[in-house]
Amino acid sequence: MVSRLVAGNSAVIIGAMYAGCDCFFGYPITPASEILHEASQYFPLAGRKFLQAESEEAAINMVYGAASSGHRVLAASSGPGISLKQEGISYLAGAELPCVIVDVCRAGPGLGNIGPEQSDYNQIVKGGGHGNYNTIVLAPNSVQEMCDLTRKAFDLAFAYRNPAVVLADGVLGHIVEPLRFPAQAVEPKIDTTWAVSGNRETKGNVITSIYLNFDELERHNVRLQRKYARIRENETAYEEYKTDDARIVLVSYGISSRIARSAVDQARREGIKAGLFRPITLFPFPEKGLMLPAARNCTFISVEMSNGQMQDDIRLATGCGRVELVNRYGGNLIRVEDLMEKIREIA
Amino acid sequence: MAGTTRVLGGHPGLYGEYSRKGGIAITATHYCAGCGHGILHKLIAEAMVALGVQDRCILLSPVGCAVFAYYYVDCGHVQAAHGRAQAVATGISRAEDGAIVLSYQGDGDLASIGLNETIQAANRGEKIAVFFVNNTVYGMTGGQMAPTTLIGEATITSPGGRDPVQSGFPIHMCELLDTLRAPVYIERVSLSDVPHIHRARHAVRRALEIQRDGKGYAFVEVLSPCPTALRMDALAMEQFINEKMEKEFPLKLFRDRSKDTEPIHRPRSDYSKDTLDRIFGCTEETLRAEAFEDTAFETKGIKIAGFGGQGVLSMGLALAQCAYDSRRYVSWYPDYGPEQRGGTSNCSVVISGSPIGSPVVDHPDVLVAFNRPSLVKFAPTVAKGGLIICDSLVGDYAVPEGIRAIAVPATEIATEMGVPQAINVVMLGALMEVGGLGLPGEAYSGALFEVFARRPELLSLNRKLLEKGAKAARESRTT
Ligand SMILES: Cc1ncc(C[n+]2csc(CCOP(=O)(O)OP(=O)(O)O)c2C)c(N)n1
Repeated sequence: MVSRLVAGNSAVIIGAMYAGCDCFFGYPITPASEILHEASQYFPLAGRKFLQAESEEAAINMVYGAASSGHRVLAASSGPGISLKQEGISYLAGAELPCVIVDVCRAGPGLGNIGPEQSDYNQIVKGGGHGNYNTIVLAPNSVQEMCDLTRKAFDLAFAYRNPAVVLADGVLGHIVEPLRFPAQAVEPKIDTTWAVSGNRETKGNVITSIYLNFDELERHNVRLQRKYARIRENETAYEEYKTDDARIVLVSYGISSRIARSAVDQARREGIKAGLFRPITLFPFPEKGLMLPAARNCTFISVEMSNGQMQDDIRLATGCGRVELVNRYGGNLIRVEDLMEKIREIA
Repeated sequence: MAGTTRVLGGHPGLYGEYSRKGGIAITATHYCAGCGHGILHKLIAEAMVALGVQDRCILLSPVGCAVFAYYYVDCGHVQAAHGRAQAVATGISRAEDGAIVLSYQGDGDLASIGLNETIQAANRGEKIAVFFVNNTVYGMTGGQMAPTTLIGEATITSPGGRDPVQSGFPIHMCELLDTLRAPVYIERVSLSDVPHIHRARHAVRRALEIQRDGKGYAFVEVLSPCPTALRMDALAMEQFINEKMEKEFPLKLFRDRSKDTEPIHRPRSDYSKDTLDRIFGCTEETLRAEAFEDTAFETKGIKIAGFGGQGVLSMGLALAQCAYDSRRYVSWYPDYGPEQRGGTSNCSVVISGSPIGSPVVDHPDVLVAFNRPSLVKFAPTVAKGGLIICDSLVGDYAVPEGIRAIAVPATEIATEMGVPQAINVVMLGALMEVGGLGLPGEAYSGALFEVFARRPELLSLNRKLLEKGAKAARESRTT
């Protein structure tokens, strides 16, 4: 296998283009801007469509338009921009349009700063916009996964006709690591059963999310919930590291999971049985995977750069009161020694 | 939106029955008696058919009374969020070059919540036809004031009549867009009576012709009756439009530049792997064999810090490339926090014989400090037994116990060689010599080529700088 050193934000564009992504609509925001830059450079070289929109709202609605016509579309932003996109994401989910949105999370609330945080967890994983909907949420933790999970997000988005989000953070956007380039390039086909592409085949189709009749809208909602149940059943992904015999299980995603992994190694060197459980899908949250360590009465530590947003999900999944939290805010990363302090305290 | 039996149909551009609407009155619209929307729907349907472009048409239903345009017009349909129709239209038009995209919007939708999208789409000259229904009021939500409400006109939210001191003046969309260069066609028409509808039919058709020919942005403002929200009978409605509205919004062909406009063609997407490999430079020479597990190789964390512009980040990248070329696991992370703007910068490089956990170096095994502030800040974080390499210019500094420090006259050497911007290459040479990172010497000069200069004349200069850095570090260690 061969590879090259690449930055995380660049890997997103590489993954998207090999996945047959046809359009990119973006608006500048640190720390996601390099995705926009790379798209502006590379999309036109392959006849793909790039446009810098006037706002994140416009960008997500351009995504909605291009997705309506059946194309593979990508948008990328960070916290404040994602907040603006939420209305559009709700419409995309309601109209069952596939697309991929990358959130390179920065520190909030408000303008916050451009440092890394994971505080968009709730607004991404729990919906964020109005209505009963879920997006599929994938959480990379390396440059390789920035590429691979962007590709996978397209597959899932189209398999389920649902928006998929790649939830990253400022570190993953800027880190440079080896990237194995995709071995295949997807040549996407328009699904004429639902797309509205401006031709005879698709003239009878309509993309909408309005259902005036209460019962009809209820049926639509029930159908969406069934779809989410299918996604829960089939698409959950996670990675375990030294959890087999662990007494303390760190649960962490994204860049924090890399730091947690280092802490696990350190703990093992000190003779403490620690392990790492890393959700790769945040929706669906890997509840079943957590049940095993929960049954062994392990102590969990949620390791996240947010205020216990994922800790809540771990509690729900394990029904376990003993879920500790190690976190940081404001652009600060969790340090291995912060984690070790907690691990030693528990052990 | 009172119940009505108004019939709209009998034309091939419209569905024979409105099955999407359902209900018993399957050929009646949901529009109120006297509403202008139905008339405009029919004009659009007629133009589509007359120009033979019906299959290519995609009509955008806005949020507003026309949200169900897709009940009636026989073409492709997309319903858009409030005010966003022209962004949605942009997305469709960019993705499907052959589609004829028609954005249909009310005054609240287009001139209030969607004003930005409107101006921006017009300014880009998107290939879309926009039909702007100006009825001076929010119809669907029950008759609130719109941006186009006339001065003195009473609505639910301007019960005493629109007062410009409180609410400003009516917005003139045609005039506003007429200040932009890109639009091809701008006209304001009216649906008040039959002669006016004839002129409107012509304008709608021109807008579609311009789309058929792929020429760009066409904007048709349509003064339209809303007898329900305005509480008027048919006669009063007609008079209101002809006398009051027309006075504020004069009917006019603002521009038709279609004859002088060339069609816009968007490229076809290329999905082949060969093309992608080529544009990403995925060639034999840029790709490397992957790292291999080697537990005997000790993990090293390196921090490189200095002023912005000293090449701190690119030195880190060169080191990462060097480790990578030597088939080690490696990560490079720039601290892009607030300090980046303040003029100092730093990056972390981790080199390992196994997959890397944290890419952030809190306690460097080696600190390379280009200036005094970086030394003062990071020296206390260096791991026990670690090494500091700093520029000789940093001055005296009490190094923490258990840490070795080497000063290298990097600035001096680079300046002497006539390349003061290449301090980082000298530092890299020093790191190569005394860093103890376990990477082969050739890898360093290879990395220079990758990261700094692909021009051969610079490469040989860089090699010299690298060697001088190494030599200086060697001498500094022995003294
Ligand atoms: C974000 C958002 N805000 C408000 C509304 C409520 N709303 C529905 S229609 C409408 C105004 C429509 O007025 P106009 O665009 O003038 O069209 P008309 O109904 O007169 O044809 C509003 C405010 C909405 N659907 N979405």
